[in-house]
Amino acid sequence: MARFEKPAEGTWTEHYPELGTGLVSFEDSVSPAFYERERDAIFKQAWLYVGRVEELPRNGSYFTKELPGLKTSVLVARDMSGRVRAFHNVCRHRGNKLVWDGTPRAETCGSARQFVCKYHGWRYGLDGACTYVHQAGEFFDLRQDQLGLAPIHCDTWAGFVFVTLAREPRWTLRNYLGPMVGALEGYPFHRMTERYSFRAENNSNWKVFSDAFQEYYHVPPLHTHQLGPTREAQNPEYAFEAPHYQIDGPHRMVSTSGTHKHTWPREHLYPSEALTRSGNTGPWDAPDLGGPLPGVNPSGVKRWGIDNFQVFPNLEILIYERGWYVTYRYWPTAHNTHVFEGDLFFVPARTVRERLAHEYAALTFKEYGLQDAGTLDGTQMGLEQGAFREFLLNDQEVLVRHFHKTVNDWVAAHERAEAPVR
Amino acid sequence: MSTPLLPPEFAALEPYAATWCLATEPERWARRLASTMEELHAFYDAFFPRAEEAIAYLERFPLDDLPADAERLLQLLYSLLMVSYAVEVWKQPEVINAGSARIDRIREPRP
Repeated sequence: MARFEKPAEGTWTEHYPELGTGLVSFEDSVSPAFYERERDAIFKQAWLYVGRVEELPRNGSYFTKELPGLKTSVLVARDMSGRVRAFHNVCRHRGNKLVWDGTPRAETCGSARQFVCKYHGWRYGLDGACTYVHQAGEFFDLRQDQLGLAPIHCDTWAGFVFVTLAREPRWTLRNYLGPMVGALEGYPFHRMTERYSFRAENNSNWKVFSDAFQEYYHVPPLHTHQLGPTREAQNPEYAFEAPHYQIDGPHRMVSTSGTHKHTWPREHLYPSEALTRSGNTGPWDAPDLGGPLPGVNPSGVKRWGIDNFQVFPNLEILIYERGWYVTYRYWPTAHNTHVFEGDLFFVPARTVRERLAHEYAALTFKEYGLQDAGTLDGTQMGLEQGAFREFLLNDQEVLVRHFHKTVNDWVAAHERAEAPVR
Repeated sequence: MSTPLLPPEFAALEPYAATWCLATEPERWARRLASTMEELHAFYDAFFPRAEEAIAYLERFPLDDLPADAERLLQLLYSLLMVSYAVEVWKQPEVINAGSARIDRIREPRP
């Protein structure tokens, strides 16, 4: 007996008939050739999230962002008019990486009036224009006004800075995000500036890792401990159901009813959960965000806990009922490796008690994330073994089905020189 | 007797201070993985019963202006939470089923 009502078609999967209900190939996650194709068809076409506007607090603020697997370092800067711009972080003269600190392999941030190349001292303004060539008279046919940094298309939405490596983007950022994700505009992301950042290099295809965060079917068996300290709570056969799934173009979301541990009796809590009033769905005591909050809980789930928005291709935004949010990014670096970035954002703690609640939530994120990362190493190995070619996905895994279909559709459309479905 | 690291009210916890007053999560994580369950239990059992008292003590100060000994007490609380996963949840220093996976915390608020 289902706990939550499903659509009129009987299942979430059949509500989106283009998905089908058949077996699914994960060849897209084990093939080195497909990795190359998907990099060109998806990662060089789509809008990619590179940072928050809070990282650019003033005119002249800048940060660099490495795009793993894309051999691209992006320089994002707020120019003197306040506009956020992005450039290839490369000097026009002889191709040296322009802005870095200590090592060219690490990201950096700061505030500047101009950027100076460490190699031969060429300088660039915040608008990318070349402002100084060392010993200009030694060059041949020098046209300094044509020697600016190479721009990258850049736009912001709800404080999220996106870039696209497409020479001519097929969509504006707003059109790309569409109505479902776009509805979150106005959510008070800008108030959640206390940030914990995590990075991992995982031995799995980026989609294999992302798949685990598109369904909660795996939670009771893999994260049994999350259910509580008692044997009766730790029931791996607990049946997880989400009350709402939604698809909009290449993007998808799931609402869950969450755990609402603040309502649980103490004997079902770990001592540190009770001490910090925090845990795997975050701090129990929510900040006052005013209300109502736009875009979240789009279906009006009664006991709403978490919204999980997957913005194609590689951004996930998790918004918690208790007033904080998380972003995940997955950057493919080979057919069987990727870089994972996770960021937790809170309204800044005013007291030690609030900070401890944030710290315990950040600890919890890593503890259970390591279970996913460790297990998905094994999933990649299992897929590469080739014992099975096609796999089963149930109705609680509908978003996994949509994700792989979208990836394959984008690659096919790109190779036919057509626009993929937005 | 070396200089006390913690507020005098928490002098009983001094034996753990040099080991567990660590400013960053990577240091606390490494210390947990390098410890035996006996060591983790000893620290947890000594401190957890006084954790609420330590929080109440720290709440007397503004978060962004903690005296040095109070900041070390906060670090000790962070370590207690780090150790609590080993003691309360996994019953071992490592996360169950984590294999060789690593997730590094590369940025965090201070203190």
